[in-house]
Amino acid sequence: MTTPVDETRTLPVRVELARQWRRRRTQVTLALFALLPVILWIAFSVGDAPDPGAAATSLTDLAQASGVNFAVFALFSSASFLFVVVVALFFGDTVASEASWSSLRYLLAIPVPRVRLLRQKAIVAALLSLATLVVLPVVAVVLGTLVYGAGDYLSPTGESLPYGTALVRIALAVAYLAIHLLWVAGVATLLSVVTDAPLGAVGGAVLVSILSQILDTVDALGSLRNVLPTHEVFAFADLLTLDVDGGDLARGVLSGLVWCTAFGATAIWWFRRKDITS
Amino acid sequence: MISRPLRVLGVVLVVLVLGAGTVGAAPAPGGTVRSEDLRIDVLDGPAGNQPQTLDATLWLPATTGPAPAVLVAHGFGGSKDSVASEARAWAERGYVALAWSARGFGQSTGQIALNSPEYEVADARQLVDRLAARPEVRQDGPGDPRVGVTGASYGGALALLLAGNDPRVDATIPIITWNDLGQALFPDRAGAVPAGTAAASAAEPDGVFKRAWSALFFSSGSRPAPGQEQAPPQVCGRFLPEICAGYVAAVTTGREPAELATFLSRASPASVAGRITAPTLLVQGEQDTLFGLDQADATARQIAAGGGTVAVSWFAGGHDGGGPDQRTTTRMQAWFDHHLAGTVADPGTAFTYVVPSGVQARRAPTQRTVTAAAYPGLDGGAGPPRQAMPLRGGAQDVLAPAGGAPAAISSVPGLGGLAGAGGGDGEDDEEGGDTGGPGGGGGGSGGGVGASALLGRLAADLPGQAARFSTDPLPARTVVAGAPQVRLAVSAVPGRPSGEPVLFAKVYDVAAGGDAPGTRTLLGNAVSPVRLPATGPVPAEVTVSLPAVVATLAAGHRLEVVVSTTDQSYAAATLPAVHRIAPAGDATLSVPTVPGDVRSGTSVPLAPLITAGLLLLGVLVAWLVARVLAGRRRRRDLEPGGALALEEGLADTPLVVRGLSKSFQSGFSGASGLVAVDDVSFTVERGQVLGLLGPNGAGKTTTLRMLLGLIAPTAGELRLFGRRVVAGAPVLGRVGAFVEGAGFLPHLTGRDNLELYWAATGRPRGDARLEEALEIAGLGGAVDRAVRTYSQGMRQRLAIAQAMLGLPDLLVLDEPTNGLDPPQIHAMREVLRGYARGTGRTVLVSSHLLAEVEQTCDHVVVMHRGRVVATGEVAELVANGQVAVTVDPGRRDDAVSVLRGRNGVGVEPDPGDPDVVLVDLHGSDRADVVRTLVEAGHDVRGVGPRRRLEDAFLALIGEEGPRP
Repeated sequence: MTTPVDETRTLPVRVELARQWRRRRTQVTLALFALLPVILWIAFSVGDAPDPGAAATSLTDLAQASGVNFAVFALFSSASFLFVVVVALFFGDTVASEASWSSLRYLLAIPVPRVRLLRQKAIVAALLSLATLVVLPVVAVVLGTLVYGAGDYLSPTGESLPYGTALVRIALAVAYLAIHLLWVAGVATLLSVVTDAPLGAVGGAVLVSILSQILDTVDALGSLRNVLPTHEVFAFADLLTLDVDGGDLARGVLSGLVWCTAFGATAIWWFRRKDITS
Repeated sequence: MISRPLRVLGVVLVVLVLGAGTVGAAPAPGGTVRSEDLRIDVLDGPAGNQPQTLDATLWLPATTGPAPAVLVAHGFGGSKDSVASEARAWAERGYVALAWSARGFGQSTGQIALNSPEYEVADARQLVDRLAARPEVRQDGPGDPRVGVTGASYGGALALLLAGNDPRVDATIPIITWNDLGQALFPDRAGAVPAGTAAASAAEPDGVFKRAWSALFFSSGSRPAPGQEQAPPQVCGRFLPEICAGYVAAVTTGREPAELATFLSRASPASVAGRITAPTLLVQGEQDTLFGLDQADATARQIAAGGGTVAVSWFAGGHDGGGPDQRTTTRMQAWFDHHLAGTVADPGTAFTYVVPSGVQARRAPTQRTVTAAAYPGLDGGAGPPRQAMPLRGGAQDVLAPAGGAPAAISSVPGLGGLAGAGGGDGEDDEEGGDTGGPGGGGGGSGGGVGASALLGRLAADLPGQAARFSTDPLPARTVVAGAPQVRLAVSAVPGRPSGEPVLFAKVYDVAAGGDAPGTRTLLGNAVSPVRLPATGPVPAEVTVSLPAVVATLAAGHRLEVVVSTTDQSYAAATLPAVHRIAPAGDATLSVPTVPGDVRSGTSVPLAPLITAGLLLLGVLVAWLVARVLAGRRRRRDLEPGGALALEEGLADTPLVVRGLSKSFQSGFSGASGLVAVDDVSFTVERGQVLGLLGPNGAGKTTTLRMLLGLIAPTAGELRLFGRRVVAGAPVLGRVGAFVEGAGFLPHLTGRDNLELYWAATGRPRGDARLEEALEIAGLGGAVDRAVRTYSQGMRQRLAIAQAMLGLPDLLVLDEPTNGLDPPQIHAMREVLRGYARGTGRTVLVSSHLLAEVEQTCDHVVVMHRGRVVATGEVAELVANGQVAVTVDPGRRDDAVSVLRGRNGVGVEPDPGDPDVVLVDLHGSDRADVVRTLVEAGHDVRGVGPRRRLEDAFLALIGEEGPRP
């Protein structure tokens, strides 16, 4: 007789991680984010002497002030789009890519219970997203400190934070982004179980993000814009001041969690009752 | 089914999300606010006998009982409608708000008198009388309502003048307004600095005409009165004649007429500020070339000198920028909430100013609010620290061109607002913030700091007309807050015409640009005009107060003081002259900085965090509840009689299908569309190799998908080893399946795919029998190549091997020989027969090929169009003891009678074939049949089994035939 399957031990995280880790896509994404600070550094080095002539002091002007400034610049340039794409990529791919490879039915026939399959895949996607989110500032801080020194963080509004404090604040900013971007994870997971095309799920999540950002620019919407999921994406800037006003941060955390819960619960509900025809 | 816990989870989550939404939205206090349109008759004029009618709207709060009142005055060129949203916001906060159109504006009668005490202020005092008569308004005494006054620009000045003229006013918030209108429109910044405060600036009489702003001001007051739109335009519009005459004289001469100066001084808060006792919050803009920070500075000093309570707040906006930010708005609300309503603690009289940055987040520049315990120097003590920066550049000769043209460019009134309209709408998150923008005043509102800063880079000086004095590069970052000062020496140049010099002093932030000239940004977009007495060869020394600004200067940048002879926005000297300008005194630029000495501290609002915590808690609880319910449900299902219970007597039967149906819904209508499987029943016994035969589209694959729990049946059930199949049923672990093609991760090798697949089952690696499976796949060295390089047949074999991993009790293969070549098909048949034979294992094979089923299987289920049309043993269905004997067609009837004669029964002619006789053998040897016929003289041309399965199959599928 066949060895019985213990469904609580199916598709362990380590197995799913191995399945995803060996994909070229995963490795290229991580490498790209590790490389981005280097590219930025080269761009700064190749360009002419810094032209701090912006109308007001911007993060770009200050990027070369110190290692932490460089890392903050890298975070700011990635937050609203690159990170969204990464999270959408890892989460949107979870179920849809298995469906497109036809391997989803074999996983479900093991049997891996459907909610468990979604959970294990979401855990692995979260781990990979977090790794990407962390690798960028870590490389940026290390590279920036080597190149621009371990000076104070200089804010565009004329404040300074000591190097150590700034490191803590950057870590908090990454943590904030990780929570805030949960909404992208929710949308991408939902699209991933709804469609069998990975491109549709990833692209759809990115489109939703862009749509939300466009709506955020429509002044006529007034306070309705506060509930848009992308509204507080830059709230982590508030962490980079001496006195932290946590209002936007708290709202950003809440918005990320609410949207993630709403989309995630819908994804579970949908996937449980779905006929797998892929 | 186990779906109910999930439904519970769903409901809990929906409730939570809705709850989060309402908590997050934090409804504004108030609710329904009522408004009442009024026409208020007043008497004003020098004798107080000129009747006028003011158009007003009274906004009443939803709260019951007397409430404090707020008079909301509008800006120049506006009306009661332009402050309706502010008034409404105050009403929503629980105040009775009165918005009115000042005389000469909107639907009110009368002429514009620039907040003259006899006219506009007298009107406003009668409005206070009106409020004293309203039962909705809280009264401090008979005829004395609890009332505050606020307004921006023109309305701000009215607030101050009313507070200075009417002791009944209890608090006031003047926004971006003037202290001395004469000094604002005819500034002269040369002379002794009156105080040590940050933005204190010299204010000498008979200054330089601020032509561009004044013209804009005048034109916005020159619109025709209601009912006069069709008449030919009037020169003076709705202005009082004496103001109009003064303006015309100023424009034509470029100087301030004495009568106008007298009139303006009476219309200036400076005349009454010393008497103001109502607590006053002065809100002034950092981007304001009309009423700069120096105006609020002067008002604050005058109120403080008179013993009044005053606080100062600078925000990153003004007539050239946007409205107050959220923090400033909150402070304004707290000011009235304490001083009028008494509902909050004393907000104190701290000094706050905003340092903007160039970083755009959410389309608005990020900014920092610096807080100092008090406005430095207001108590007569030391002002803010000042940094002395040595100036380089000696005496320089500059030309004042005839007619003052061409002229240097600094600010362009109104352009900041226009440019800002595309760049952002201020930084408010909360819509409906109170006491919003500057509200008219001729200049644009709704500009952006970024836009203003951009305009600062457009500033240009003309060669030969400007003297430049530069500091050394700054050693560290400096935040300027206030009016820098410089001492200059101006003299005539021998042999050149001289005269009364009119000069424009300003400060640039110059980026260190290496070889190339660095980017220059004009601080505040502003200039300080000065008018000096006629010069001689002996230099006359004078202190010039430069524009008061807030700006962050990066380390390495330099400051450059530029003294120009022209400016487009002002009336420069018209007679040509040459002036010699040099730094004087200690030749330094004195730059004020106001360090923030009050840390606002780290603040986190609790409501969103608590909501987030509750949400997480809710998710956790929902998850736990779902788990418990699912577990309980599961136990109940597994009990005898439960949905998932083992059915007695079927524990050893691999598969029982009962009344299985599946119809797919078409579209979103929900109507049943295609019926793929219709009432299918059959049983697979242990040890069988059962073939599921049918043409493509017969419903075989759909049946197999239901068998694996991938799709849910519409009706009926499947039982594997006695247990009902649902999605993810544990009994599926005893099934190995290959359904509708291979499914592998293309980036992994064949071996890795199988290993990871087995690892995903969570079973011990040793149970997999991986090597046996790989042997069956027969991929050789290719097993260590990525699957994406495989051919169709290789994937097929690997998939079958995957299905066999762990030697499942029931092996389900869907069209396993598709894409295999004949030797592989042969080998596969052997594998399948061997898999079941003698092991107690069972194989279920689907195929659309009769031959395959015939040669591989011992049992068969024939399906067509979703229905089962035949079941049974293959041998039985194929042969059933009958042979077909082919004889000469002409003698078939004879052959039939010969054979019937031999044993009588079971012989008949084949109805479909004229030369075939069908014979039931009944255990006898077919050789006997042949011998009988041969002995009777027949030629036997062929003997073979009668293919009843094929007949049945072909008959069933009819004319359409098996599709390839």
